[in-house]
Amino acid sequence: MSSTVAVAPVKWSRPLLKTVEIYWKESKYEFFKRWRMPVYSLSVILFPAMFYTLFGLILNRDLSGGHKEAATYLLATMGCYGVIGVALFGFGVGVAMERGQGWLEVKRASPMPISAYFTGRVGMCLVFSFLVFLTLFTLGTLLGGVRLAPTQLLGLMATLVLGSIPFCAFGLVIGYFTKPNSAPSIVNMLYLPLSFLSGLWMPIGVLPGFLQKIALALPPYHLGQLALHVVGFESRGDVHTHINVLIGFTLICLGVAMLGFRRDEGKMYG
Amino acid sequence: MATAEMVAGGIVPGISYRGLAGGAAIARVAQVSKNYGPTQALREVDFTIHAGEVVALLGPNGAGKSTLVRLLLGLATPTSGRVTVFGGDPKDPGSRERVGAMLQVGGVPATMRVREHIDLFSSYYPRPLPMADVVEMAGLQGIEKRQFGELSGGQKQRVLFALALCGDPDLLFLDEPTVGLDVEARRGFWDQIRKLVARGKTVLLTTHYLEEADALADRVVVINKGSIVAEGTPESLKASTAGKKIRCVTQLPLGSIERMAGVVSTRYDREAVEIQTASAESTLRELLAADRELFGLEVSNAGIEETFLALTK
Repeated sequence: MSSTVAVAPVKWSRPLLKTVEIYWKESKYEFFKRWRMPVYSLSVILFPAMFYTLFGLILNRDLSGGHKEAATYLLATMGCYGVIGVALFGFGVGVAMERGQGWLEVKRASPMPISAYFTGRVGMCLVFSFLVFLTLFTLGTLLGGVRLAPTQLLGLMATLVLGSIPFCAFGLVIGYFTKPNSAPSIVNMLYLPLSFLSGLWMPIGVLPGFLQKIALALPPYHLGQLALHVVGFESRGDVHTHINVLIGFTLICLGVAMLGFRRDEGKMYG
Repeated sequence: MATAEMVAGGIVPGISYRGLAGGAAIARVAQVSKNYGPTQALREVDFTIHAGEVVALLGPNGAGKSTLVRLLLGLATPTSGRVTVFGGDPKDPGSRERVGAMLQVGGVPATMRVREHIDLFSSYYPRPLPMADVVEMAGLQGIEKRQFGELSGGQKQRVLFALALCGDPDLLFLDEPTVGLDVEARRGFWDQIRKLVARGKTVLLTTHYLEEADALADRVVVINKGSIVAEGTPESLKASTAGKKIRCVTQLPLGSIERMAGVVSTRYDREAVEIQTASAESTLRELLAADRELFGLEVSNAGIEETFLALTK
């Protein structure tokens, strides 16, 4: 028999509690990190709140359809606008920065499960999305006379909070295919036109016909219609179609992001 | 004149330094090449790290140092050849739990506090060191509650060092750990690295600073253009390459000095002549016989700077 001791790789495992601890801390610190960045935390909450106040609560009094109805309508669509911003700036720009500057590599060299990194960032986006919802809902209720039934309230909350997930996946694509310096401007270039063309700023019916057709291809349009349906407006198109489009969009984005993730293996920074 | 090949040839390749460090091989790079597109970053490199030793990877920019570290950390896959760490794939979480790394990084989350960074990285490891120990070992007392973005350059480097050691790993990779630090901060950092080594850790560090390799390493591996050109103790490297340096003031022409026994190279340094020689004794005997007026004689060991230049020429 050979005298060398075989270093047989012992089946490796991590205790469940340890795994939970990693995911929890990754999410918690990701939230603190973002919360302490006023450029992010203030802008993703205050901009939708400001626009909602302006368009939904102050300027709508002359619109046909009535004050309260417009305030409710824009609560749904401006809410979508808000949570999409949370995901694109938080997830997209965040990953592009940390990846491009080599910080993600430091984490990849550690025993951190990479899924914890992404889960932490999704967790952060869910919390910020909830804060966006809470802010707009409070404004709408106090100043716009919005009255939602409990099921509508919970439905809108769930739609907005979970609705940020497809855009987290889109953010992941941005994170893996843009450079840290260009990511913020690319997100800005996409975010506003997409939101406008998807009818998040004004009802889609107001837009010219060909733009209404284009909107069918835009994921934010489908999230907007879903949110409107939940608060009692008649949705354009089938609810299941909206949900399926958003799920399909998420899966496509994850697939594309995976290509970038794999490519990083062979890539050298700096 | 000695060529780079002759100088490198002076060192027996593949020498085992186990006697020196005393430990078993814990990381091994076997016949590894790495290409990035058309550029070959590493060519058939063979390299072993033994338990308990401090190895310095020394080489100019673009020599392949960081590529080698990235392969050992499982951040990249070799184009050909095999990399093993603790007998397994460096990408395995089981290997990663025994490894700590300090890499060159462009940006670290600035709004997280020092203790939060440490707390998060500690959570990745099965048996992390207590927070107080990490803070003490990395010299972070008094700044634990500061946000990373508020720290000075030296403090930032020490936080990255803390993240490398907080999991109590057996093997540490330090990629250019003191780059950008002033002399005093660098020496302070060396003391911290020495304390780690005293705890039985194995360290691989890459550096531009030849003085740093000389000060810290048991073994220096010189790498250039993707290949290992020499390895040995700092002393053996110096002895086997440039030998001694003689400095004196003499009227003899350089041409006649170059023909003397053992002389490798000569040059004027202000009024004096500097002579690199493989055998100081033979050269001196001839030199003193040839010029009785010679004065200002100094004989010194070739510095690691000269060694390094000779090896990577």
